[in-house]
Amino acid sequence: MDKMPKWADVVLIPLISLLLAAILSALVILGIGEDPVAAVKLMVQGALGSTYGWGYTLYYATNFMFTGLAVAVAAHAGLFNIGGEGQAMLGGLGVALVCLLIPWPHWSLALIFAALGAGIFGAAWAAIPAYLQAKRGSHIVITTIMFNFIAAAVLNYVLVNVLRPEGSMDPATARFPEAVHLPSLHELLAPIGISFSKSAPANVSLLVAVGACLFVWLLVWRTPLGYEIRSLGKSEPGARYAGISPVRTVMIAMLISGALAGMMAVNNVMGEAERLVLNATEGAGFIGIAVALMGRNHPFGVFLAAILFGFLYQGGAELALWTSIPRELIVVIQALVILFTGALDNMVRMPLEKIFLAVRKGRS
Amino acid sequence: MDFLTIIQLLDSTVRLATPLLLACLAGLFSERAGIFDIGLEGKMLMAAFFSATVAAVTGNVWLGLLAGIGSSLVLAGLHGVASITFRGNQLISGVAINFLAAGMTVLIAQDWFQQGGRTPSLFSGGRFTPIDLPSAENVSGVPVLGPIYSELLSGHSILVYIAFLAVPATWWVLFRTRFGLRLRAVGENPAAVDTAGVSVVGLRYAAVMICGLLCGIAGAYLATALQAGFVKDMTAGRGFIALAALIFAKWRPWHAMGACLLFGLLQAVALRFQNIELGGITIPVQAMDALPYVLTVVILAGFVGRAIPPRAGGEPYVKER
Repeated sequence: MDKMPKWADVVLIPLISLLLAAILSALVILGIGEDPVAAVKLMVQGALGSTYGWGYTLYYATNFMFTGLAVAVAAHAGLFNIGGEGQAMLGGLGVALVCLLIPWPHWSLALIFAALGAGIFGAAWAAIPAYLQAKRGSHIVITTIMFNFIAAAVLNYVLVNVLRPEGSMDPATARFPEAVHLPSLHELLAPIGISFSKSAPANVSLLVAVGACLFVWLLVWRTPLGYEIRSLGKSEPGARYAGISPVRTVMIAMLISGALAGMMAVNNVMGEAERLVLNATEGAGFIGIAVALMGRNHPFGVFLAAILFGFLYQGGAELALWTSIPRELIVVIQALVILFTGALDNMVRMPLEKIFLAVRKGRS
Repeated sequence: MDFLTIIQLLDSTVRLATPLLLACLAGLFSERAGIFDIGLEGKMLMAAFFSATVAAVTGNVWLGLLAGIGSSLVLAGLHGVASITFRGNQLISGVAINFLAAGMTVLIAQDWFQQGGRTPSLFSGGRFTPIDLPSAENVSGVPVLGPIYSELLSGHSILVYIAFLAVPATWWVLFRTRFGLRLRAVGENPAAVDTAGVSVVGLRYAAVMICGLLCGIAGAYLATALQAGFVKDMTAGRGFIALAALIFAKWRPWHAMGACLLFGLLQAVALRFQNIELGGITIPVQAMDALPYVLTVVILAGFVGRAIPPRAGGEPYVKER
């Protein structure tokens, strides 16, 4: 028998963890001499108070959905993919090559192939750590960390020496052609009579991200492959006994994970910057860890957690703009969320389990 | 390349290898006891900030060092609570500590000094000054050996010598003392240690705290000896290079020194030369940046000598009930 009802595990524990993180964050804000209540008001106003704010919140959320799903899929296979950052960087390279090398007639066609390119590049970057884990037992956490750094060096080289346009000092690619411009939410919503901020970067890739959430849900819970992935994650000897090949499953799970992380580039490179710059990912790969932990590795949880972090990101930017609180506050909140929902999970869980057991004993 | 250039290059290798070496030995203690630590980076960063801050405010670099070690120990304690007491995921705890340090240092620095996340520059008393070894001046004229002694070995700060002395000390503690034997045992087979009536939790906390101490010195070295003050994200991935060196060295102290010197040399070369011409082929500077990580992956892959971590690494110990 489970020690706790399912709703407590899925809803109560994340909420308590979030509350603890929020209380500590408030203390941090107090500690640097600012008013937490005013800060929250400003964040809500800045991130959710206008379609402009929403546009940024959803833009960030799109990034985090992809990277959060990437971490979640790997986690179902019992793997900790900390390399989302590097995979997303390489995904950006894939998008840039697709957009720059082929003259696309229409953005929709370009979007499909850019997503494909991003996915393939991201998956390829995850393939080597996956292979080394599956075949040689090299710890995937360490190899994916190393691959993040290697990705940064590769991208630096490519942007400085190969893709930088003649005469430009900036380590970035040329601007993508006008034809591959992705419609923003403003352009999508205007025909149906909803006015949305013109300057916010949220774009059609939000729908791709939501589609990816749906895809991951179908994959993990409604296909034989998903069953194999989850079996492997629960118990490798069990999976092996059931005739599931660990090597094959690890490879497939990591390739999907890498592809999802890579596809983030459709949003930030193609949808927003419209060229590939250095450090285009801005740490979104790491936020995926917090998002997946918070969302309990479920696509719907990831969706909600991504929007929460999108809100924090945009709200944090507003705070930095109007108060003396630097943007790094978000990094602290992110750290606290990872700490409480991930590392200190048992600290919240153990007392709760005792309470539920006591209540149950009292009843019977 | 003339002789003096080589000496200068090696001299800067020693300087750059020092923080790597301290962090690498820190990781060695922790991982030998079965606690994975990818939070070396965060602990160093926190220590760098607090050492620079206290050194700047008091003007005393030794107080700065103490503050750095103290702040690093706090994070080490957090890692211990999460991964030993609450048996949480050690990797996730490490990730959290890295972000916590990256965020808190800038937040506090901005609040206290309003200089965009840096601390005021340190002057004479606030920094570790170079120490001249005995009669370094006198022998500098001697060919070959003279410059090696006076330029390469002499003229480093005290922390550099501490770091290199920590290598034999680590070896001695781990392989020649009862504590070291138990510490290694707890990383391989904690149940056996428990059966012998020795506290697994106590040993692991001790290892994590030694790790915090060494990371603290590493961070203080960065901010008060290598550079004069704290700047945002000044560790710049050194914690991860140290982690790479640890794997490269297969969790052994003397090899760790070799690996850190190698990676230090790569950094020194990348710092001094932008692109290297080697027989008509240009090696871009980015290749030098990526080399430590590539080498580590190759070692991990087991094609060139297999790296096998301590057996109980990463697994929380659950005492039988």
